[in-house]
Formats: sequence, structure tokens, C-alpha cells
Amino acid sequence: MLTRSILTLMTAGFLATVPAHAQESDADKDWSTVRIGTEGAYPPFNYLDASGELKGFDIDIAKALCDAMKVECTFVTQDWDGMIPALQNDNYDAIIASMSITPEREEQIDFTNKYYQTPPAIAVPKDSDIAGTTKEDLSGKAIGAQVSTTHARAAEAYFPDAEIRQYPTAEEYKLDIESGRIDAVMDDVVVLTEWLNSDAGACCKLLGTLPADPEIYGRGVGVGLRKGNDKLKGMFNDAIATIRENGTYKTIQDQYFDFDVYGG
Amino acid sequence: MSDASFIEAKAPPPIAKKRPGLGGLIFAGVWALIAIGLAAYIVGNWNPALLDTYALPYLEGLGVTVGLVLSSFVCGAVLSLPVALGRMSHNPLARGLAFVFVYFFRGTPLIAQIFLVYYGFGQFRDFFDTIGLWWFFREAWSCALFSLSLNTAAYQAEILRGAIQSVPRGQWEGGTSLGLSKAVIFRKIVLPQAMIVALRPYANEIILMIKASAIVAIITVYDLFGITRQAYSRTFDFQTYVWAALLYLAIVEALRNLTNLAEKRLTRHLVR
Amino acid sequence: MESLTLLGFGPTGWGDEIAWGVVVTASLALATLPIGLVFGFLLALAKQTEDKLLKLSADIYTTIFRGLPELLTLFIVYFGVNNALQSFSRATGLPDIALSSFVSGMVALGFVFSAFASEVFLSAFRAIPRGQYEGSSALGLSRYQTMILVVLPQLIRIALPGLGNLWMNLLKDTALVSVIGLTDILRQSQIAARVTREPFLFFGTAIVIYLVLTLLSSVAIGGIDRWTKRGEMAK
Repeated sequence: MLTRSILTLMTAGFLATVPAHAQESDADKDWSTVRIGTEGAYPPFNYLDASGELKGFDIDIAKALCDAMKVECTFVTQDWDGMIPALQNDNYDAIIASMSITPEREEQIDFTNKYYQTPPAIAVPKDSDIAGTTKEDLSGKAIGAQVSTTHARAAEAYFPDAEIRQYPTAEEYKLDIESGRIDAVMDDVVVLTEWLNSDAGACCKLLGTLPADPEIYGRGVGVGLRKGNDKLKGMFNDAIATIRENGTYKTIQDQYFDFDVYGG
Repeated sequence: MSDASFIEAKAPPPIAKKRPGLGGLIFAGVWALIAIGLAAYIVGNWNPALLDTYALPYLEGLGVTVGLVLSSFVCGAVLSLPVALGRMSHNPLARGLAFVFVYFFRGTPLIAQIFLVYYGFGQFRDFFDTIGLWWFFREAWSCALFSLSLNTAAYQAEILRGAIQSVPRGQWEGGTSLGLSKAVIFRKIVLPQAMIVALRPYANEIILMIKASAIVAIITVYDLFGITRQAYSRTFDFQTYVWAALLYLAIVEALRNLTNLAEKRLTRHLVR
Repeated sequence: MESLTLLGFGPTGWGDEIAWGVVVTASLALATLPIGLVFGFLLALAKQTEDKLLKLSADIYTTIFRGLPELLTLFIVYFGVNNALQSFSRATGLPDIALSSFVSGMVALGFVFSAFASEVFLSAFRAIPRGQYEGSSALGLSRYQTMILVVLPQLIRIALPGLGNLWMNLLKDTALVSVIGLTDILRQSQIAARVTREPFLFFGTAIVIYLVLTLLSSVAIGGIDRWTKRGEMAK
């Protein structure tokens, strides 16, 4: 059994990643299957349930987009801080993982149009003495954020006198604010609200939302693609427009949120 | 952390070749290619801004790594003493406990131990509050210190035990016949000889700890590896990893050469 | 009894995910072992030739892979080697090859294992008396026959304790591959810990599983050790 699983794992590793096309030919490739990279640790956008299955808004949107593009989609999970390198290394073809379209990232990869846009926010323990979301309020405090996210960048820019701790996934900073290791956390308002409304978030409350500096946050969340992959980009943009028009987007949105996540 | 030791080469070779063979040429060629490739990559992507931004953080990260390793090595050394004594004790309970301690920390991955301490203990904040230890487990750095110290204590206990047992019985008997007390024999006769034997394994243990300590980056400690990951995730520039590799190699090689020197000096009375 | 449900099999428990993690961990370690052994042996041969270039190259290899943190080696392989493969296939027009986290782990751990194993083999070579080579040549055995029939059997016996230690390290180092996304024991436990918010239970479980694996390994290594020494015991 072990020998077989070794072989399966190895061939899965190789074959899944040998699409027999060098990168230039991405441009005119006929896409019948698209491999999508996601994180699987960012509820309610993408997460794994107890049966190891991927769930969430990003995942449902991805499936809807693939249906609209009439392609087969497979999902690959990848830790956040390796997301862009793994795309460039051809471990998958597209990132659908709540990745903001920032100028810094656009130097590395291409993005489609946005498929949602929500502001950042800060949460603190219920008994916290932090009164507001200004630079002074958070001076000298420890703020948790996920490593190499726009929120970690923004935390450093907005709160220069605070100590920013960076965690591999959102789940770890939640554990640490609950146990009192950090004084505040900064993330997407939807992610924080979802957590605060669950039993796990009983420790904490939402302090307030913050303005999304376009220098850091860019123009919303989009699908990440390898540079020069214009055909796939066009397909995704068309598909985003299609599901916005035919109501699929709204159906999915309503399963998760009671407000408009697409933003202005 | 392993027990594999660094062995120096000297004995006569059983297989002999005279001229550079094909294998040697290919192998050396591969290294040359990698070196040229890396050099070309770094020159091609040369970015003075990167150096300006990250040179200081890298050195600070190096400081954190060295500080963490040295403190846990010292704490581990203190902890290893009772464990080593327990391992050599005639009391079955002490021997059993010491064995379980050693087996537990050597038989499981350090990364899992660190996760258990950092995230697992965080779950029991109220308990640690009650016993007044939460200030310690609150900090990622002290959690890393705690796990690394316990881990290295298990390895150091085995080094210490091996070294003490390597001193021949005759040394104890000789000491006794001179009318010396057991404590004096241990301190003045056995321990100095054991330390010569233990020098190299101890140095190896420090090297292994420097390497293993890279794991603490995952629990938010900004050591050398933590800074490297941060720099890479912002710049996507592979040379951030090359710098880290060079820094790690430099410390490890410096330590190895220092150990060789120290060993030569300490054993000069044994050279005939 | 809540923890029993969490560790159970089926859609509500994490038992099946963690069990798959055990298979992945064991597969990775077992797949790396032969590669590491073969390369370690070849390196040991390279280190004792008089071919200076070959010896130097082998020494560079050991210095690098023994000196770098395993985690860094892993990242370098996963990001750097993949990157280099990409540029290579783009330059040559050959099909793309990218290493999955499993194969990256195999390569990186193989580098580390072979670097340490070469030193174990080297010292084992030195423990074999010259007389063995002289005796074989007096019997008219070729150099190849000497190696296979005379040297190798003794070498394995002498090197076994050292290799056993390396196997234990390999088994533990597989846990590091979880950081680049391999769904091994540690990563599955980590995911479970995140979702259920029971880190102590799941990391504790992971540690117990690793203990069982190392315990089984030491029993197996002990068995092999007795088997290789069966000739001596008969005396």
C-alpha cells in the first residue's frame, strides 16, 4: 500500500504540473482545465471543513467562473506567503484566494478585474481599553495580522508606533488574541465579522473599520494570473461579467453575506 | 537534532585514481554552473535599495537567532544535568523518568513541540494565569526558548552521560585510593576528562540548534529566517534566500573551525 | 468525550485526515531513504578518491547541506529550484516541469540525508582494515567483486547505527515539509487545530503519532542490527 501511495503522490506531483506547454504558449493555449490555487484558511472566503473539503465564497465564485468559462477546475491549496511564487512556478494557473490587486503584486503577476471589495477593520478584546482606531490609540500595542497581506502592510503604515506580529494564517492570530498575546488584530471587515459572530469570536469585538488606502489596497480583490496570460485573463473577465449579470454572483453572495460585497 | 557527528578525514583511501576523472569534472562543473547562475542572477537583479532596506533587519535577525540559541543552550545545559544523572542512576524510577524525557524530546519533531507549546499552551491561558506563569508563555520568544531548552536538554543529557561513562573506572578507583571524596573526584578528575570527549558533540549540538532554530520564524519570532521570509514575501527576490544561506553557512563553518582549534589545544597533552 | 468525536473518522472527525497524513509522512520518508542512501554512498566514494576535483566537489556538497537549516534548504528547493527549472524550460522550449511539495521535500531531505550519510559511510570505510582489501586481491577478486562481496557487507554492519540515527532525523524532518504545504501528519493536525480551535489536542496527537513512528523504527532498526550481526552471535 505504501509503495502505491508513494507512486501516486509522486506522479500526482509531477503529472499535475507538467501541462506540456512552456510559458509563452500560455497565451494561445486552449484551456480545458484550469488549476486554481487557494489558501483554505481564510473563512468565510476559503477554508477546509472536517472532511478536508474546500468551502467558502472564493471557492463558490471560482466554481461559478469555471462553469461560465466552460472549463474543468481543480483546486490546489498553498500557504499564503508562497501563493505568488507557486503561481509563477506553474504549480497552478490562477489564484482565487481573496488576493487584493496591489501595485506591488502587479509587478509580479497579472490580475483580472475585481470580484469583490471590502474595507479593512480592527478587532480588540471586549474588555480592551483601546478607544479608537487612530495612530495614537494603538501606539505601543501589539497588532496581529496575516503575513504578507495588504492588512499587514497597512498595519505597519497606519500604526507606525505599534508592534506588528505576522501570522501564517488568520486562524493563528485569532487564537493569539483570544489568549491575550496580542492587543488587536487587523483584517478584512467580513473576515473579522464572521469570526466575531461565531462562538470562537466571543472574546472580542469590532473596534471599527478603516479607510482602504489605494496605495496599499489597490482596486479590490481579483483573480491572479501569470504575466502575459492574456487569453485566460480575458476568459476570467468575461466570466466575472457573466455571473454578475445572470444573478449567479448575487445567489452566492446571499448565501454568505447580507450586504453587497462587490463594493462601489 | 541528530547524533551524527562531523568526522575529519585522514585515513588511507582504498580506491585510488590518479587523474581528474569524468565524474569529478561533471560534479565540479555542476557546482561551477550553480555558482555562475547565482552570480548572474544576483548581478542581473542587483538592487541597492534591497540592500539598504534589509541589511540592518538581517543583522538584527542574526542577533535574535544567536541570542535565542545561546540562551537555550545554557538553560538546556543546566536542565541536562539532573536528566543525565537520572539516566545513570540505580533508582529505577529516576532512570525511567529520565529515559521517558529523553525519548520524548528526541523522538518527536521540534516543530511539533514548538507548535504544542505556543498554540497548545495558549489554550490554557486561565490555568497559566492562576499559577502566575502566563507572562512567560505570552511571548513567542520565551515559548521558543522553553521548547528549544527542553529539546536540547534531552540531547545534552545523552552527550553528558556518554562522556562521563567514557572515563575509565580506574580514574574513580585511583581517586578513591588517594582518599578523595566522590564529589571531588567527579569535579576535579572525571569531569575535565569527560569535557574533552564532550567538546565536539556539544559544538555539534550548537550547530544543530542554530539550524533548527529557523523553525521559530513560524511562531512570529523575527529571527534570521523570519526576516528572510518577510523580505522574500515582499520582494519575491530569490537573493533574499541566498543571503540567509550565506549567513547560516558562515556561522556554522566558523563554529566548526573554532571547535577544531579548541580541540587541538585541549588535547595537546595527549599528542606524543 | 468531545475529543473522541474530533479524532474520530468520517465527516465530523479528523481521524481520517490525520491517518492520510501518516501515509504521506511515511511515504515521503520511505521514498527519500533509498535516494539518500545511494547518493550518500557515492559521495563517500568520491571523498576518498585521489581525484582532487571530485573530492573537493563532494566536500562542498557536504558543507552546504550539513550547514544550512533544513527549513532553508526546503525553501530553496521549493522556490529556487522550481524557478531555475522554469527559466531552463523557457530557454530550451522543453515542457515545463515544476516540483510539487512532495517531490521538493524528497529532493531537499535527500540532499540533507545524503550529506550526513556520506560521513557515516566514510567513517565506516575507514573502520574496514586494509587487510580485507589485500586478502581479496590475494584471492584474485576484482575491485568490483571486492566492493560487493567483501567490503559492502561489513560496511552496512558498521554503518547501521549511524544510518539508523539519520533515519530518525529524516522521519522528524518530514514534519518541516508541512510548511510548504505537504499534507503530512503535522499539517493535517494544524488544519484540524485551526478549525476546531483545539490546538493542544491535535498537536498532542501529532506528537504521539511521531513517537509511535520512531518507536516502531527503533524496533525495526534493532531487528536489522541483530540480523546483520547473526554471524557474530553464532560464535
